[in-house]
Amino acid sequence: MEKILELKNLKKHYPIYGGVFKKEINSVKALDGVDLDIYRGECLGVVGESGCGKTTTSKAIIKLHDPTSGEIIFHPKDHKDSYDIARMKPRHMKKNGLRSKLQMVFQDPTTSMNPRMLVKNIIAEPIIENTNIKGKALEDRVVELLEMVGLTRNHLYRYSHEFSGGQRQRIAVARALATNPEFLVLDEPTSALDVSVQAQILNLMDSLRKKLNLTYMFVTHHLLVVKYISTRIAVMYLGKIVEIAETEKLFENPVHPYTNALLSGIPSTDLDIEKKRIILKGDVPSPLNPPEGCRFHTRCPFAIELCKKKEPVLEDIGNHKVACHRKDEVQELISKKFA
Amino acid sequence: MKKIIETENLRTNFYTYEGVVKALNDVCITVNHGETFGLVGESGCGKSVTVRSMMRIIQSPGKVESGKVLLFLDENGEQEAVDLLQQSESYMQSCCGDQISMIFQEPNAALNPIMSIGEQVAESFLFHRKKSLSEASLERLNAQDCKVPFKGIFKNLYKKYHEDENAFVFKLLSHIPLLNRWDFLIRQEAFKRAVEIISKLGIPHAEDIAVQFPHNLSGGMKQRIVIAIALACSPMLLIADEATSNLDVTIQAQILELLKDLKKKHISSILLITHDLGVVAETCDRVGVMYAGSLCEVAESRELFGNPSHPYTKALLESVPKFHQEGALKTIEGNVPNLVTPPAGCRFHPRCKHRMDICDKEVPNLLEIGKNHSVACHLFGDK
Repeated sequence: MEKILELKNLKKHYPIYGGVFKKEINSVKALDGVDLDIYRGECLGVVGESGCGKTTTSKAIIKLHDPTSGEIIFHPKDHKDSYDIARMKPRHMKKNGLRSKLQMVFQDPTTSMNPRMLVKNIIAEPIIENTNIKGKALEDRVVELLEMVGLTRNHLYRYSHEFSGGQRQRIAVARALATNPEFLVLDEPTSALDVSVQAQILNLMDSLRKKLNLTYMFVTHHLLVVKYISTRIAVMYLGKIVEIAETEKLFENPVHPYTNALLSGIPSTDLDIEKKRIILKGDVPSPLNPPEGCRFHTRCPFAIELCKKKEPVLEDIGNHKVACHRKDEVQELISKKFA
Repeated sequence: MKKIIETENLRTNFYTYEGVVKALNDVCITVNHGETFGLVGESGCGKSVTVRSMMRIIQSPGKVESGKVLLFLDENGEQEAVDLLQQSESYMQSCCGDQISMIFQEPNAALNPIMSIGEQVAESFLFHRKKSLSEASLERLNAQDCKVPFKGIFKNLYKKYHEDENAFVFKLLSHIPLLNRWDFLIRQEAFKRAVEIISKLGIPHAEDIAVQFPHNLSGGMKQRIVIAIALACSPMLLIADEATSNLDVTIQAQILELLKDLKKKHISSILLITHDLGVVAETCDRVGVMYAGSLCEVAESRELFGNPSHPYTKALLESVPKFHQEGALKTIEGNVPNLVTPPAGCRFHPRCKHRMDICDKEVPNLLEIGKNHSVACHLFGDK
């Protein structure tokens, strides 16, 4: 499989200034060494609790903020070279034609659109910015995009407040698709929508990905949504990735204790399935002073001395990467303790 | 089964500039003794408005137009119904928090940022349980090893307070600086009980937590504190309005487990409001499904998820991703109607697959189609 993006030891620390001279006294370690490969054509789901660094990762890829250290290597389709965009300046990105290849759909469609712009202008803006299309051709392109997301020519001359939540999110998708991107970050695109509308948007996203051969990074905390739409899932905890695997594999055979707890915590409408529920104690520790050793050891039911001292690395166990010291025994321990 | 609360044809309107929003249209729900009743629906369908109307905390420009909210109180073994909508404001004050209490959606907004946790929990004891608090304080004064100055005076005061709360002397004392602190023993007692209930909810180091402020705690902890406030006076009915919606999956599992536990031990009934069908399936005994201000189906939860009858319930269940999802998700075409001009007849008919001629003319009534299973749909009208 062809890689489209490689994250290498990506870090993002938000500094905290204090004292008389406003020196940096501490930092919030939102991302603390993330290694991740994203393959062309897949939909990578990123799940985790709030504050674990899901959105920070996606914003770093789109370059909405600069990472503290690490590399983001981007392999565009028609280019021979690959680029490290982590340190690249915005104007260089635009000059090389990379800016238009990476796009994002935001969480709340109400706040992510200018209320004073017509739908036509909202969608045309990225096209004007990146290409020379003008006049009739531009309008045709906008209509084409609108039809792609299930709206019509009649919606061109309206303002965003005249639409319902689902339609607004469709417009946001059309805007993201306007520059022919290769990679889309979807940051909780359905969490502000109703359940019945959520299904429409999910189906739309899925069909667009197959039709336009897009690559998605789908950030969400809703595990069943991510199961439905993604082909591969990365589980994050406190600024680190703890487990990556293909969707089926992860749901059938989760290895990391945190993934196990997450999956067992999903409330499901299938009442006939018997589940063993693993209830974690306490809360996510503060990213100001993350625990030493394995970051999960403070809440892990199976933590041993080694976990408190040494940080586990992400190891490959057959198309399935896990960062846990006791990865071989976890299943046994769970069936013993929570049977 | 004994009922605990019942609404009859509850109708609530909001008078906005755009017109009259008919938020509730003849909602009838019943919560029985010892059950967890779930109310589900999409946002804007009137779940929260229903319970707020029941508690009479609808804010302007909203108004409860008609209907009844009957609370069944046990009096010497006989059930007596009280219509909450007809009662005075002071009755509601004494009732809310004592017999019925509510957990609000956002723990951040529900807690007072400038009061310590312990004080906030103690407040509800101070309001509803002053008699038993003064009794406990009297006991403490009567004990041999009690070292309180002017013991005799305090004894007399508390005794008098126990007999008559509204005596003139207490009103007078409450206006004199320093002397208005005469009830410090009562406050101490309330704080002690607050710490007790906080530790009961599974929060470690309750004494330390009780002197902290809301911003010191995490989201899950705050939610537990809000639950502690609601549970303080061991109410008959606990209303949980989206108690777990803003929490993470692992914390949500903790809170749901806690509610289940509490129901076994302390409270008799829970009215759970949520938009998450999974949460309802796992915690509730009976479920009501709401759409655009009206109730469309009520059934036991196993029955509802196994054999949904109303077209909306069916479509809703199919549009949620499941654990074993096969094929694409089915969607409900169209959008939730604007409640300023709701569709005539059945409010679901513009989006319904089984639409008939009668649907846009007559409002369907809630009919019983099986054991504990009622549906408001013309498809079942003939049976």
